[in-house]
Amino acid sequence: MPVNADFQGRVYPPTETYRVSAAKIREFAEAVGSDDPVHVDAEVARARGYADVIAPPTFAVLIAQQCDGQLIRDPEAGIDFSRVVHGEQRFVHHRPLTAGDAVVGTLHVDTVREAGGHAMVTTRTELATEAGEAVCTATSTIVIRGAE
Amino acid sequence: MSTQPRTPGTSTPRTTPASVRSFSEVSVGDALPATTVHVDRARLVQYAGASLDRNRIHWDEPFAKAVGLPDVIAHGMFTMGSAVTLVTAWVGDAGRVVEYGVRFTRPVVVPYDAGADIEVSGVVKSADPETKRVTVELTATAAGEKVLGRALAVAVLD
Repeated sequence: MPVNADFQGRVYPPTETYRVSAAKIREFAEAVGSDDPVHVDAEVARARGYADVIAPPTFAVLIAQQCDGQLIRDPEAGIDFSRVVHGEQRFVHHRPLTAGDAVVGTLHVDTVREAGGHAMVTTRTELATEAGEAVCTATSTIVIRGAE
Repeated sequence: MSTQPRTPGTSTPRTTPASVRSFSEVSVGDALPATTVHVDRARLVQYAGASLDRNRIHWDEPFAKAVGLPDVIAHGMFTMGSAVTLVTAWVGDAGRVVEYGVRFTRPVVVPYDAGADIEVSGVVKSADPETKRVTVELTATAAGEKVLGRALAVAVLD
């Protein structure tokens, strides 16, 4: 089944709140090998002007991919997850994600296009605090490989 | 677990707040210190748990081969996340990376026994004195092939 081009331009309602924890930041930082103490030591983080420990630059993917799930799991979208490959990823940080942040993600389907027998879908998740402060824009392009 | 006795208060190495690299000491063309990221199956399981990306192609060899891959492959986001530590370490504060984008050009294949090495290097491509923003282009290769394309990280220096 081809990917449904009608989804281009769709905007989903904001997700449930994701609470950024110091424990998850530590776990993520260790997994990617980021040994900056700003991820694990609140005193270091505060001395640098942050409210608490901050997340590594790619941590936001954890929240963004959960937002993307709204599209990928939607049967109407026609995305066969077993054929999905991650093509591109980009983050713009308005400020670092910080332990204690309560963030919601709003998923935008920016483009749906076909190229060379494959479908490419670019999504953008706008992460903001519950209070409405913009934190991060995460843009992802997935490639859905066509049937051989 | 360590068996070494440790002096109270020094059990974890603590650096004083790192000084952020000064814009004035950076020039376009500067090379960042290169590094090698070793990745094995245990690391991929660790990343799967930390990131909540539990796709089986990243840890289940029979599954990966059944869907046409040569072997288990690393999460692209693992490669992206580990490569940028080159930049954050050089800058002196992980919170100074304000933009970061990559293309995933080839998978990093991670065999059971040997794992894989990802060679990461970086060069300053541009520097804006108005905003003290520098753009670093990262190169990441595994088994001699580029695994990231157009990998650009923007950091704000002091």
